[in-house]
This record gives sequence, C-alpha cells and structure tokens, in this order.
Amino acid sequence: MGDVLVIAEHRNGHFPKTTLVGINAGLEMARKRGGNCIAVAIGDKVDAVAGELAKYGVSKVIGLEDPRLITTLADAAAQAVAALVKKLGAETVMATATAMSKDLMPRVAARLDAPMASEIVAINDDSSMMRPMYAGNVLATIELEGAVRVVTIRSTAFDAAGLSGETAPVEKMRAELDPATLKMEFVGFSEIKSDRPQLTEAKIVVSGGRGLRSGENFKTVLEPLVDELGAAMGASRAAVDAGFVPNDLQVGQTGKVVAPELYVAVGISGAIQHLAGMKDSKTIVAINKDEEAPIFSVADFGLVADLFKAVPEMTEELKKMKH
Amino acid sequence: MKILVPVKRVPDPATTIRVLPDGSGIATDNIKWVINPFDEIALEEALRIKEKQGSGEVVLLSVGQQPWQEQLRTGLAMGADRAILVRSDNPLDTFAIARIISKIVANEKPELVIIGKQAIDDDSNQVGQMLAELLGWPQATFASKVEIGGDRCTVVREADGGLETVAFPLPAVITTDLRLNEPRYASLPGIMKARKKPLTEVPVDSLGIDLAPKVKIRVMMAPEKRQAGRKLGSVQELVQALHTDAKVI
Repeated sequence: MGDVLVIAEHRNGHFPKTTLVGINAGLEMARKRGGNCIAVAIGDKVDAVAGELAKYGVSKVIGLEDPRLITTLADAAAQAVAALVKKLGAETVMATATAMSKDLMPRVAARLDAPMASEIVAINDDSSMMRPMYAGNVLATIELEGAVRVVTIRSTAFDAAGLSGETAPVEKMRAELDPATLKMEFVGFSEIKSDRPQLTEAKIVVSGGRGLRSGENFKTVLEPLVDELGAAMGASRAAVDAGFVPNDLQVGQTGKVVAPELYVAVGISGAIQHLAGMKDSKTIVAINKDEEAPIFSVADFGLVADLFKAVPEMTEELKKMKH
Repeated sequence: MKILVPVKRVPDPATTIRVLPDGSGIATDNIKWVINPFDEIALEEALRIKEKQGSGEVVLLSVGQQPWQEQLRTGLAMGADRAILVRSDNPLDTFAIARIISKIVANEKPELVIIGKQAIDDDSNQVGQMLAELLGWPQATFASKVEIGGDRCTVVREADGGLETVAFPLPAVITTDLRLNEPRYASLPGIMKARKKPLTEVPVDSLGIDLAPKVKIRVMMAPEKRQAGRKLGSVQELVQALHTDAKVI
C-alpha cells in the first residue's frame, strides 16, 4: 500500500519546526512508495494542533486522543501508535528524531515486529535510505525488509514542509490502550526555559566549550555575543560535563545535531564527537587560542585568539555594525 | 537484586574510522576495541546499585565473537560477578540483538536491565527500548539519575527541553546517558579476580530465534569531507568576512 504515518510532535498546542521537517520527509517517502502521507497527533486534546497540521500537504490528519496520552510515556504511546498502524495498514511509520521519538519509536518497531532505521539523512529513489554511523564518519545506504518499517529522520537533513494551500480532512480517533499493562508513571518535568531560539531551529548557533572555564563566563562572556547575534546557545560535551551549562545545550554525536547558517565554536577543541553534531552547518567559525585545535580543520573562518579578548571584541564590532 | 548489563564491543571513540574501498565495511586493522562508553556507564550504575544494597549480582552479556571476551573480562575486572557471551559470527541487526537479550532475560530473570542508550559505532539508540517492549516492561531512557526504593524505581531522564522524572515498578529497562555517572577504572586486584569469574559461552543458534537481518547495509561510504577555510588576523577581519563573504550577518 505504501502509506506513511508521520508522528507529529507537539507541545502546548504548538508544533516545532522539527515536526514540519518530519512531515516533509513523510511526504517524500509516500511519493517514493506510492502511498499517502498521514499525520498523527497524539495527546489528550489535539483539535487545534490537528487542524494546523492539515495545512501542510498531508492527505489526512488523525488526532489520536486519550487522557492517558497527555504525556508521551513510551509504553502507552507505543500501544496507541502500533494499534493505529495495524488499523490503517500503513507501511512506514516516521518521526523526526527527538528525545521523545527516540524513546518511543523503537518500542513501536518491536511491537510491530518491524525493522527500524534511526536518523536517516536521505531517502533514495529506490527508497533505500542513507544514515550516518560512527559519529558521522560513515554514511551507510540501508534497506529495511518488512511489511512495516519504522524510521526516524535527522531534523537537519530535510527542509520543513510548507503550507500546501489546501486543508486535509481531520479525523479524531480514540487510542487503543490496555491499561492493565501500563506501568509507567509521569512524576514531573523541569523545563529549561529560555527566551532564545531553539538550538535545532536557530539560524545562528554560538557554542561554548571548556575554554570558557566556568558557567559564570558563559553568562558574562559568551551570552552577550549569543544575544547580539540573536542566536541559540550550544555547548560542547566537556562544558556540560563540567557543569557550566545544562545538558540540553550539548551539541554532538550523542547530544543535538544542528546545521544552522552560522555556527560559532568558542573555546571548543573540535573532538570528532562534537563535529558530528555541527559539521553540516553552512558556515563555521572557530575561535580558539590553540592553532592546532582540530576545530580549525572544519572551520571556514578561524581566529586563533584568546576568547576572553576576542569574544567581547566581536560583540562590540557587531554592535557597531548595526549603527 | 540481579542486574543484567548488556555490553557491546566498539572501536575506541578516538579511532580514525576509514571505510574500506569496496564500501563493505570499515577497516579494522588500526582499531583499539573498548566497551561502548554508554555501556560502561550502565555497568558502573549497576555496580553502585549493588554496593548500595549490600547484596545482589551484576551479570554482563555480550553478543558477538570470541575476541569479545576481552571486553567482558574488563567488565568483570570493574566488578561484575559473571559474564555471558552469546556467540554469533554473523552480523545481527538491533531487533535480533533485542530478541537475544530477551531470551537471556527469560533464563536469568533479572529485576533490572541497564544498557547504554546507544552504541557509538551504530548510533541506532534502539536496543534498550525494543527489549523493554518485547518483555512488556517499563523503560526509562537517557537516564541521568536512578533511584531504587524497594521494588520501585524513579529515574530522571534527559528529555527535550528539560529533565523528566518517571517512576515504575521493577522489573524494568533503563538506558544510560552521559551524565549518569563516571565509570571506575578496573583495579589491579579486580583484574586478577576477573580471570576466575565465570564467563559462559552460549551459541546463538541454541536460542531458537529467527536471526535473519531485516536491516541490511548495502554499502558504506565516507561523507564529503569539509575543507578547512582560512585563518583571520583579527576580530574585525572576521566580522567583515562574515558580513561580506559568507553574508551570514
């Protein structure tokens, strides 16, 4: 049949750009597999979100509702999604790779006896897929064999779906859950609030590394530059491990993968694992006092300098440019 | 409490990975093999739980070839009690691995399975979750803090935009994230003791599982290498270049 189901992530009545990226990849997969692309919003009340999703080119939007789905606990969500896949006879289930979908989708795959490909970066015409391995040092072409396949996609590898000019039908369905088998309990969520753009969506990302030496320096030295550029702030694993900044900012193989227009790496040496998270950025700038730092091998523009002088200077230069 | 810790043998993260000219795999001649860093964190957490409870058993499990014994011995040296090596000479996809582990779980009946969130060679981040579903157990992925009280577990997870806390009864599967703990080094006495700890081999065919791969790697290649650009002499030059050449500001 070739139908594609895209799990459309949303929170507080909105969906992030990464959800539209997932829909776009779903549309491409559906084209290549000769089927329809259907978006699915899961939650307790999804009317508003489903109505919005319907404008982005999918054939249909399904709002899968149940009070127990207000949080996306993987056991309940996997049951609901798998039951829906079977009901619709869909061939491929997709989602943009986020912490939520990484938690959920392998469970969906196991429940459906389906092979899964994580973080694909391309769909070939013969619908084989490409995905990175070994921290992005290898690009593998893979094939999934099964009546149903599960795929997550790397958010930086596809464009976001645009408004199609039409509105698809929205269908509300009750999720099929077996409460006796659900044992997970949501206790709480401590949100890391920020007024800055999301790391995965920002046009400009400024990341700090261990070279900044403290969380205080992130605030006093790096953040003025981040804000002057209207950028999102990221960090190397070393800076997060040292407790300078929250883990949510980590860019790298095992953190977030970003590909903004401009990536500025400040006091970051450029370990393979960090490069894996940012080497597809359009323009890369590196500021580091060590001229041998590996980051310079991928930087379009490098500045060998003491960041404690160079960064405030750069913030000033940018301010001057505006006036 | 019995804790099962599946560990994978992977190339040391600092290795320069080279794709073979025919794209059939990576060159292995220069590789130093280690325990997957996330699995090491899983083992460390298991050892801490056992130490805190004052009793219990930590069992290692690997699915691979004979040389994988090396990494299992390292794990035993860190403090695990015994190890199981499911011998398989053929490549296995994540689903097959999950199925194999679930068979061992059925035999061993651990209260907890702790596994790394992803293997740094494959980067799939699937096995722990697949295993939990196959077993019908709760899961807590990307754990940054684990607390066990009686037969109940509370885990703080690294989720999108913040930290999520979930709770569930045991048995369960937990996958580890970087900041859960810092693994210990194997001590010399530990290394000596490890030699005598039980390491059992189980042929994979004896488990009666359909292992035919459903994820097939057709070919591997090196991605386009990014070229180094140029070094600039001053902040002013940099800002100018970004404005005029790159046109990003």
